[in-house]
Amino acid sequence: MKYIDEFRDGALARQLAAAIAAEVMGGRPYRFMEFCGGHTHTISRYGLTDLLPDAIRMIHGPGCPVCVLPIGRIDQAIRLALEQRVILCSYGDCLRVPASGGLSLLKAKAQGADVRIVYAVTDALELARRNPDRQVVFLAIGFETTTPPTAVAVRQAEAEGLANFSLLCNHVLTPPAMHAILDHPAGTRLDGFVGPAHVSTVIGSRPYEPFAREYGKPVVIAGFEPLDVLQAILMLVRQTNSGRAEVENEFVRAVTPEGNRKAQALMDEVFELRDSFEWRGLGTLPRSALKLRPRFAALDAEARFGVEYVAVPDNKACECGAILRGEKRPAECRIFGSACTPDHPVGACMVSAEGACAAHYTYGRFRSV
Amino acid sequence: MKLDLRHGRVEMNHGSGGRAMAELIEQLFAKALSNDYLAQGDDGAVLPAMSGRLVMSTDSHVVSPLFFPGGDIGSLAVHGTVNDVAVMGAKPLYLAASFILEEGFPLADLQRIVESMARAAAAADVLVVTGDTKVVEKGKGDGVFITTTSVGVARDGVELSGNRARPGDKILLSGTIGDHGMAILSQREGLSFKAPIVSDSAPLNGLIECMLDSGAQLRALRDPTRGGLATTLNELATQSGVGMRLDEAAIPVKPVVAAACEFLGLDPAYLANEGKLIAICAPADAEPLLNAMRRHPFGREAAIVGEVVEDRHRFVQMTTPMGGRRILDWLSGEPLPRIC
Ligand code: SF4
Repeated sequence: MKYIDEFRDGALARQLAAAIAAEVMGGRPYRFMEFCGGHTHTISRYGLTDLLPDAIRMIHGPGCPVCVLPIGRIDQAIRLALEQRVILCSYGDCLRVPASGGLSLLKAKAQGADVRIVYAVTDALELARRNPDRQVVFLAIGFETTTPPTAVAVRQAEAEGLANFSLLCNHVLTPPAMHAILDHPAGTRLDGFVGPAHVSTVIGSRPYEPFAREYGKPVVIAGFEPLDVLQAILMLVRQTNSGRAEVENEFVRAVTPEGNRKAQALMDEVFELRDSFEWRGLGTLPRSALKLRPRFAALDAEARFGVEYVAVPDNKACECGAILRGEKRPAECRIFGSACTPDHPVGACMVSAEGACAAHYTYGRFRSV
Repeated sequence: MKLDLRHGRVEMNHGSGGRAMAELIEQLFAKALSNDYLAQGDDGAVLPAMSGRLVMSTDSHVVSPLFFPGGDIGSLAVHGTVNDVAVMGAKPLYLAASFILEEGFPLADLQRIVESMARAAAAADVLVVTGDTKVVEKGKGDGVFITTTSVGVARDGVELSGNRARPGDKILLSGTIGDHGMAILSQREGLSFKAPIVSDSAPLNGLIECMLDSGAQLRALRDPTRGGLATTLNELATQSGVGMRLDEAAIPVKPVVAAACEFLGLDPAYLANEGKLIAICAPADAEPLLNAMRRHPFGREAAIVGEVVEDRHRFVQMTTPMGGRRILDWLSGEPLPRIC
């Protein structure tokens, strides 16, 4: 607890806030995007915007795994559970993401599908071992942070010859999403990024170099604690003021330039790039997601059960796309807080605690009433 | 026949109304819980006349695991219902207890539970005056479920209700939050800490008597059980049509509970408590009330945690230790496992 308390010290937070206020140059706005949902959550949970000068606007990015998964991907999982009668397991948040036909995995479960919450992919392996006469499918989601554990599980399943285990692979990559944000024609103007915490422990700080070099956007990698975020914002303000665009690392206690080589090698052994992948909000992006390498193709649930991906547009009223691109704020969605709430989410951004809409609703909606 | 309390198990005929049931009641329940009313052995207990307003409350208990650090389903079933009556400003007097037993449940465990219940009732100064036992087939229950109902008499002149909070009122908390919820969760998740996390399950009627004796103008008392502090405060705000402002740093949380919450990604404000209360009182009475609470063993860590404000949105807001503001919302999302 000691360790955590150091990063939540109120007096230090106020010092950092004062430093930020002192550095902000009059008359100019600063628009920073925190890429990760983890940072979105920290900012909302600790009310950090109250500590920032008005000139600084934090824009929520797309780094929330369940938010960027398009409806068609959840539909695939639901079809597997309802039609193929597999044991479909995934992380808790995935179960509540709205899919086609008013369904979600949780609602499919109420209709008799065998859907299970797991806390780690190893739980899914255990389910497969314990139910040899059933097919067990793990709906794998997440950025580079959750990919290495999935890779370990795939190797383990292969080594054990667990023939009833397979993977619905929806692992996605961070850098292509950042490119997409910056390249989007209607894109929001940004002055810099608060870079991912856990993702960067795996991929390192180097993959962000192009955003500084080619796009002229400062990136400061930051931990998920409130003081990390404030420190990163201070570093971004300083870069912006001096006209620098560099990749800086606030999270030196966990992130190195090269990242975790072992984890990278593991990912590379098990996965390869998909030619393209549809993201919610960001469209179909080339080389932005992973699939199993041919050697592990037998563990691919899409192939094993022949479930094709069918693209499905979002609910008409839902602004998740614009929110994930940083173009709109949650409260600008017409149905925010009325038809769409955490108890009855219409869009994926209202599901996970890391989703921009859920974070704003849960912690910050008093600001927009 | 003498029950085999060491190796015996609950059988279907223990709930059939026949001789086996009579033996179970006599040798296990009546023995542990004995008092004159229970000893009448009739279908209902005939109680002496009571004067004043009666307060009655009922609660079902389905906690899993049945035994946890700091208590078990037996003591919990007493505290849960006694506290519900006590927070209405009443003195709990009598309890009714109804058991649903699963076939095959060890009689030794049942005895442990009933004896714990007897101790809890004695400590809370209430009598278990009537009861019932049913047995369900194996697989149709989860060991034991206990429903208790309590009756008490309200203190004259004391009117407590969740709809009486007014802007300016102070909000007090009797001690650390999340202890019970985390005691249960850490058992289930198989988490081990240097010191085990112990449930706060306790009877609050003694503490409440001290609070009433202090003469403070109390508006409402409530025990933040399921859904925790956050849920209870939101209930009170909604009922009274007011908002609340809390100071997060003032809310007592045991370091080990905070650490476990961190590890599991939970917020202690949503974890159940079984021996804590929230008090709302007139602003001028907050300090004397706090002092009265701190003099009682179950209120030693009491704190003033916030105040009632005018807010047509009825938001419960808190100032974080960082100095920012946020909402402390109703619990949403996955229901937590069975904790009470
Ligand atoms: S409020 Fe709901 S529907 Fe609107 S953008 Fe957010 S998640 Fe989508």
